[in-house]
Amino acid sequence: MSRKKLYNVGALLTGLAITFKFMFKRKPTIQYPSRKKKHAPRFHGLHELRRYGDGKERCIGCELCSSVCPANAITVIGAENSPGDRRSPGERYAARYEIDELRCIFCGMCEEACPTDAIVLTPRFEMSDYRRGSFIYSKDRLLVPPEAGVGLAPDDRPNGIPSDLGSVAEIKSTVNTDEGYDATWRGTILKTQTKGLAG
Amino acid sequence: MNGWLTPQSSIWWAVLIKCGLLLFVVITTFAYAMLFERKIMGWMQLRPGPNRVGPWGLLQPLVDAVKLILKEDLTPKTADPLIYRLAPFISLVTAFSVYAVIPFSEPGPGNVWAVGDVNAGILVILAITSIGVYGISLGGWASGSKYPLLGSVRSTAQMISYELAMALSLIGVLILAGTTSLVGIVNSQAKLWFFIPQFVGFVIYVITAVAETNRAPFDLVEADAELVGGFNTEYSGLRFGLFFIAEYINMLTVSCIATLLFLGGWNAVGGLTMIPGIVWFLLKVAFFMFVYIWLRSTFPRIRYDRLMAFGWKVLLPVATLNLVITAFVVAVRG
Repeated sequence: MSRKKLYNVGALLTGLAITFKFMFKRKPTIQYPSRKKKHAPRFHGLHELRRYGDGKERCIGCELCSSVCPANAITVIGAENSPGDRRSPGERYAARYEIDELRCIFCGMCEEACPTDAIVLTPRFEMSDYRRGSFIYSKDRLLVPPEAGVGLAPDDRPNGIPSDLGSVAEIKSTVNTDEGYDATWRGTILKTQTKGLAG
Repeated sequence: MNGWLTPQSSIWWAVLIKCGLLLFVVITTFAYAMLFERKIMGWMQLRPGPNRVGPWGLLQPLVDAVKLILKEDLTPKTADPLIYRLAPFISLVTAFSVYAVIPFSEPGPGNVWAVGDVNAGILVILAITSIGVYGISLGGWASGSKYPLLGSVRSTAQMISYELAMALSLIGVLILAGTTSLVGIVNSQAKLWFFIPQFVGFVIYVITAVAETNRAPFDLVEADAELVGGFNTEYSGLRFGLFFIAEYINMLTVSCIATLLFLGGWNAVGGLTMIPGIVWFLLKVAFFMFVYIWLRSTFPRIRYDRLMAFGWKVLLPVATLNLVITAFVVAVRG
């Protein structure tokens, strides 16, 4: 490098001008907990086991989801329905249904394989927890409660998402099915942010 | 004997109160200078900066302090325990003691806006800040590990090369003002701030000041990328915090000196004298702090041999030339 270039003061000033200009630019940061990014309505998030209109479980314990799962994340143990206590309309129901959300790759193959549309993926994604064991979701957290509004898509239920599904219940605000889906393109998010210097 | 509030003792009380107040103000300023830096740096890097703790992130310095205090205080096995523990205090005490002689606003009748108005103020400041290097050098040396040692060797070399040019760039101002009293220097800038006649000296001072305080792009002493923090690698918790405070207070100090010597101190801009001098002073200091941060977020770290070459082959000759020309002009014009 020549001596002339080594002490190129003009280049230094250009650099300073650039950083100064950037100081006033709009920041692309999304203020996450208070302002959430919109997800596609068919975003692959946390699973959910649905029910029929009469409150019976859709799952018939066929284990197709378990066998199609590429990550071996699903464990299903089926049992016979007893005539006195019919859990599902079919012969069998899932006595145990467990998904290891740490193994799951959220591909949605279980959803595709299910013959009764029992297992679906919701747009919920906030599943963080402190222990590995907490990521094994069993029926108590996967199964939609009977009063939640059956047969509907996860976010169309009258009372929103039930609170007993844990801290992920807030997600309702991020997906607005009426407005549709405009979220994956980053530029669109920038336009919808109202404040220039976020925060 | 009622010796509490005699005229003689009241002077000491005034000094004591001023010291306490100054300590509080300087520490608070340090805390918010840090937040200011993180905000400005963030904006320049298209981030919002800290904004989670308190409104607009205003409580961030508080939680940072709590975090530093609660961290474990480690001393490496190979360290020299006494000097290792002493070094942060050398840095901090020298950084603080400079403020004893810095005047913040125009002295009124019978009082000064400083703990002490010394008639050789600038010399006192230069003398005290030179001691500050010992904190860094000894801290790195006494850590007994290789990266801090490299950092402290670099700091010694860098300080020697840049302090020389810095002092020379200040002498031009002293020649123009004809005094070494900081109040006198500011008063002699009532008509024309010295950064216009001493523009070369001003530029050299700004460059050397950045190097003196080990800030980017001259932060080879710390050099997080190559020396893992340099002299302060082995320090943790509150001892690291002391070095950290010292660095920021040194930044404030050189900003104050630049304001006093080159930017007219508390003299108002454009005859706006209804705004008090202290506000002007603080505004100018804040401007310098901004320049510091601006430089840091713009320039990459300079290579070590170029740093030395720049100091010795460019800054020193130019500063000397500037000094000779200033002296010549002042002598000719009488």
